[in-house]
Amino acid sequence: MSQTAAQPNRLAQGGQVDRTQALTFTFNGHSYTGHPGDTLASALLANGVDLVNRSFKYSRPRGIVAAGAEEPNAVVQLGATEATQVPNVRATQQALYDGLVASSTNGWPDVQRDIMRWVGKLGSPFMPPGFYYKTFMAPASMWMTYEKYIRKTAGLGRSPTQPDPDIYDHMHRHCDLLVVGAGPAGLSAALTAARAGARVILCDEQETMGGSLLDTRETLDDRPAAHWLQATLAALAEYDNVTLLPRTTAHGYHDHHFVTLHERRTEHLGDSAPSRAGHRQSRSRLHRVRAGQVVLATGAHERPLVYANNDVPGNLLAGAVSTYIRRYGVVPGRKLVLSTSNDHAYRAALDWQEAGREVAAIVDARTAPEGDLVAQAKAAGIRVITGSAVIEAKGAQRVSSARVAAIDVDAFTVTGKVETLECDTIASSGGYSPVIHLASHTGARPVWSDDIIGFVPTTVAGVTAAGGAHGVYPLGEVLADGVEAGANAVTALGFATTVNDADLPRVAPRHEGPACALFQVPHEKATLRAPKQFVDLQNDVTAAAIEVATLEGFESIEHVKRYTAMGFGTDQGKLGNINGMAVAARCLGQSIPETGTTVFRPNYTPVTFGAVVGRHCRELFDPERYTPMQAWHVAQGAEFEDVGQWKRPWYYPRKRAGGELETMAEAVARECRAVREGVGILDASTLGKIDIQGPDAREFLGRIYTNKWQKLAPGRVRYGLMCGDDGMVMDDGTTSCLAENHFLMTTTTGNAAPVLEWLELWHQTEWPELDVYFTSVTDHWATMTVTGPEARKLLTDMTDIDLDREAFKFMDWREGHVAGVPARVFRISFTGELAFEINVQAHYAMHVWEALFERGKHFDLTPYGTETMHVLRAEKGFIIVGQDTDGSVTPEDLGMHWAIGYDKPFPWIGKRALTRSDTRRENRKQLVGLRPKDPSVVLEEGAQIVFDPNHAIPMPMVGHVTSSYYSPTLESGFALAVVKGGHQRMGESVYLPMADGRIHEADIVGTQFVDPQGERQHV
Amino acid sequence: MFHIYCPYCEEHREEEEFHPKGQAHIARPEDPDACSDEAWGDYLFFRDNPRGIHHEMWLHAVGCRKFFNITRHTVSYEILETYKMGEQPTVGAEHLAREEKTAREGKTDSVQVAEGGQQAVGASDAALASVKGAQA
Amino acid sequence: MSNTVHVYDARADHATVTAESPLAYSFQRSGMPAPGEASGEESRAVIGERAFLGHLILRGGAIVLDEALREVLGIGLPGRPNSLTVDADGQRSVQWLSPDEWLLIVPGDETFGLETRLRAHLGGSHVAIVDVSAGQTLIELSGEAAHEVLMKSTVYDVDPHAFTVGKGVTTLFAKTSVILRRPDESRWELIVRRSFADYVYRWLLDAGAEYGIGVVREDRHESQ
Ligand SMILES: [Zn+2]
Repeated sequence: MSQTAAQPNRLAQGGQVDRTQALTFTFNGHSYTGHPGDTLASALLANGVDLVNRSFKYSRPRGIVAAGAEEPNAVVQLGATEATQVPNVRATQQALYDGLVASSTNGWPDVQRDIMRWVGKLGSPFMPPGFYYKTFMAPASMWMTYEKYIRKTAGLGRSPTQPDPDIYDHMHRHCDLLVVGAGPAGLSAALTAARAGARVILCDEQETMGGSLLDTRETLDDRPAAHWLQATLAALAEYDNVTLLPRTTAHGYHDHHFVTLHERRTEHLGDSAPSRAGHRQSRSRLHRVRAGQVVLATGAHERPLVYANNDVPGNLLAGAVSTYIRRYGVVPGRKLVLSTSNDHAYRAALDWQEAGREVAAIVDARTAPEGDLVAQAKAAGIRVITGSAVIEAKGAQRVSSARVAAIDVDAFTVTGKVETLECDTIASSGGYSPVIHLASHTGARPVWSDDIIGFVPTTVAGVTAAGGAHGVYPLGEVLADGVEAGANAVTALGFATTVNDADLPRVAPRHEGPACALFQVPHEKATLRAPKQFVDLQNDVTAAAIEVATLEGFESIEHVKRYTAMGFGTDQGKLGNINGMAVAARCLGQSIPETGTTVFRPNYTPVTFGAVVGRHCRELFDPERYTPMQAWHVAQGAEFEDVGQWKRPWYYPRKRAGGELETMAEAVARECRAVREGVGILDASTLGKIDIQGPDAREFLGRIYTNKWQKLAPGRVRYGLMCGDDGMVMDDGTTSCLAENHFLMTTTTGNAAPVLEWLELWHQTEWPELDVYFTSVTDHWATMTVTGPEARKLLTDMTDIDLDREAFKFMDWREGHVAGVPARVFRISFTGELAFEINVQAHYAMHVWEALFERGKHFDLTPYGTETMHVLRAEKGFIIVGQDTDGSVTPEDLGMHWAIGYDKPFPWIGKRALTRSDTRRENRKQLVGLRPKDPSVVLEEGAQIVFDPNHAIPMPMVGHVTSSYYSPTLESGFALAVVKGGHQRMGESVYLPMADGRIHEADIVGTQFVDPQGERQHV
Repeated sequence: MFHIYCPYCEEHREEEEFHPKGQAHIARPEDPDACSDEAWGDYLFFRDNPRGIHHEMWLHAVGCRKFFNITRHTVSYEILETYKMGEQPTVGAEHLAREEKTAREGKTDSVQVAEGGQQAVGASDAALASVKGAQA
Repeated sequence: MSNTVHVYDARADHATVTAESPLAYSFQRSGMPAPGEASGEESRAVIGERAFLGHLILRGGAIVLDEALREVLGIGLPGRPNSLTVDADGQRSVQWLSPDEWLLIVPGDETFGLETRLRAHLGGSHVAIVDVSAGQTLIELSGEAAHEVLMKSTVYDVDPHAFTVGKGVTTLFAKTSVILRRPDESRWELIVRRSFADYVYRWLLDAGAEYGIGVVREDRHESQ
């Protein structure tokens, strides 16, 4: 065969690429071409690009090693524009598209000439094993400096500095059976389950489904395996109970068969997701799958052999060589040496030779290999050197020769003379490791199998490994294993299956000889002095480093892993873990199963943050809750404050004469004056409202509130204080008696849901015998508070309710109409002024609100926001739970003894705790008012309070400011604070040292700054 | 992400619909005023943290809004049963010990199971028992 | 009975009072793409608000409520958890919410009369009936991709084979909750809280964009 000139390693025929179309792409600034069907890796190899990265630690040149997710070196940065930068992309998994731009993530400043190279050359005194621990433990303050440097040199890629133009989303899926991996085992498992009628999801991480069938030399029903593959995929597509997800990696196995799948939907199409039918489509999608059963048909990863300089570009996995030749029509070199411990790898040499390139030799560690593939190789005239291995690669930027010698595997020694074979490619195979990552995520530990020389997964109930993942490798057995796994899984769910052997395609029998266990290849020199023998290429962990770790006393493989960084990061030990364990086992003089295995964690391969976030970003990041008057607030130019998820008007800045907007302070001062002198209105619809019905409603209230409820008559309202059973204030609000067995409770805005849950908790768990029901009506009723000395006048002509102060007293509620709308009106006040709280069904809120403003023109009715509400209530000493309390404050600490019914018959929630020694302490922090000596000072909320500002630092801190504002009424700053023993310290001075060195002085005063007798709300 | 059977909804629902509410079967003392400070403190603040069987109260918060109980294995995360408020668990530490004994008697050396950190919904009782055995 | 609970008709006269549905502001702010408008091709998902219906929460024992409901409305309580009963003309429904809680949805102008008649039938039984009509709204969702829009939004299994007609659940929807039900083959219904309705609407427009989602206007404006 010959190759095209532009792509020196591309074969003229073969593979599944479309040679009629050329795709242009850029790597490290150079332009190349490839074809549809290529991955970035196959296209790079076709173009003879050997060097794809510099290594993490030693900065050694690295080339492509593998053809799939296990690739440790070709981890690239993708993106043609700043906004579309994607780090951490495996070139072996990235489909080629026209215009693709990629670069090495490592090798700062440049992959060809690397300033870190001396580190690698000098045998790396810079980063010995344990480097992180030894170097960066101290001084801790230097870590930031180190980290910056390490990150820059370590080539972890970088995030874009501009917003991502793409969108990502989530899909929740449920199925009877999830099959991970669409190779021969996964396909037969899925087909079996689909026939039984089960809901099946079949996902596969590659561009094309088929797994090993995509590059196998074997036949099914005497035809190339591709025929059976196409027929099976077509059959699966016909089932409406089957969902096929190609380009989809199962990256995490979570509790109770919850598996997350990352589907790359458009990453094979371009830099940014193209729109489809005029709509944006998501670049990638996270499928959150809840499965009844799971079949893991994730195959096996080939293990490279560990020999000296096994990281020089041109060292590849044997299986990858076959994949590149058979699937992509690319031969990644001119002359091959294959080093193997098993029969299966022989196909790489056969494929290589059939592609028209030269095979220097197959070097087999076994003394007498004897399988069918061995015979084929010999028949093809390939030299087979037995009882030997490649002990060292030679070459700087590319392999130039292989040093081969006879070895004694058991004695770990080189036994024969070294022969040097000229070559530019060394393929190696030390056998196969089942891909047990997902099984491992479930916490099930793998067990060693001498039969397959690898770890096979144990699984939790409901999970089955099949095929290569199960340690089953011969194709016929893999297919049968898949059928069995699929059948067992759906049978366990109650589906009837009929498994018929005749359904399976016929596989030509093939004899395979036994493999030998070879991991690290011995060298003439001892491991610590031999040229570097890499175990983990991505993290630059060598056999010597592992040996050092064991010499330093690390015996647990988990410790060795952390000491050397083996299997860290995005690699997750796909190629290196077993070899690393084998090296550790050899050094410790024990077997691999005695050494154990490390646990693989999610994620199997990196998942972009975009997919994790999905559509929960930007304007859909979190719900925004609106009251029915939201449109009005927006139209008025209100500034909003977030209160929980609610958007509440914070203040309403007006235009001043000059056309400029008021400052917040100006707006708040104006709003405060309007309420104290005229009339203001607040949208209080966000208050939690709970409808309580039942003959035991009153008894229930008495148990849940600290104060008394037995005598509250219909038509009356009472303030209530709620504690936890620890005696600490939890919520407050008013509750109205609507009828003998019917109450309406209000809660603070943020506590609506927690309070309802609290009521349900006590009713369901402790007092189910009480006949009472609770229903949230928060959203049903809109609430508007009309307050100020002019409030009654404003409402008089708008309602049929008698507003006379004797007929409708403070803390009464009345039913009637406001602006023609049925309404409940409550005479309660959070401002200290005359106030009417109007509740109407939310549908009519805007009607009533606008009618109030129409009428309010005559009274300069002023809308006010939460900031003014806070100032006005603080002037009256009304607390806000969660601001003036923090879960450590009792009603007595707040000075609210009047709201505690110690003599109530039932031991209500919180009562017992109020007599514990700690809650009776005299120096508890108690709520007081603070008046700064300098009226222009507004104390900082949270500022710490001391009694003696001259005390040596650290000064004893005796409390802090909880609420602090400027009062336009007092023309002074004022604050609420908690101070140790504060109730007994009225009139004393306290001090507040600030960060800038100033020390404010303030007097302890009562909490009611305005109208301390409370007369104004009664008018 | 747990998959939890709600005994009121009578079906499995996603964990996101539920809120965990801590240890189950913490009864409020009948006569709080008769409790010593210490006894009241125990009721308020002290909870078990077992390795193994744990009875927990959960709330089907985004669902039927009912509180109910779960018997959960804190190592495997297996949910062994769920039951309504006011009902008693049928799976307890004794149950586990019994299963463990059975498993040990039938156990062969070739079986290796998790040493910890695993979750194993629906894991066989034998596996769970061995987990328990490993800690002993 | 009547004096132990405050039974109160808070519905205004829609002829003289302007009523605003929970989604009124959202339609104005986020728009209402007509079906087929966005892409020129047929919308594979269509939504619309059914505003001003009567929503009543019933609490109490199943037996007494079932009896009263059959008497007054001609339909009984659904027998199973997470299910729904709809009357013959599809205008009235009752849905299981919890072992002692049901949601009754009827034409808006029937709400108070129904509550009154139910209470009369229930006599002294310990029940609660609460009008929450203005606190929530009903959004209809239809179209061949309707369940895909839902799959992007809720953790509940909405496969049409699993979520069969007559099922109804309270579950999560994006970051809020929703009552989701399937009254017939062609429609899904989402009942959302008023304050969250705008978020749900914007989420639906976004999730449905790839299916060319359209919004139908309700022609029976304020008529019920
Ligand atoms: Zn439930």
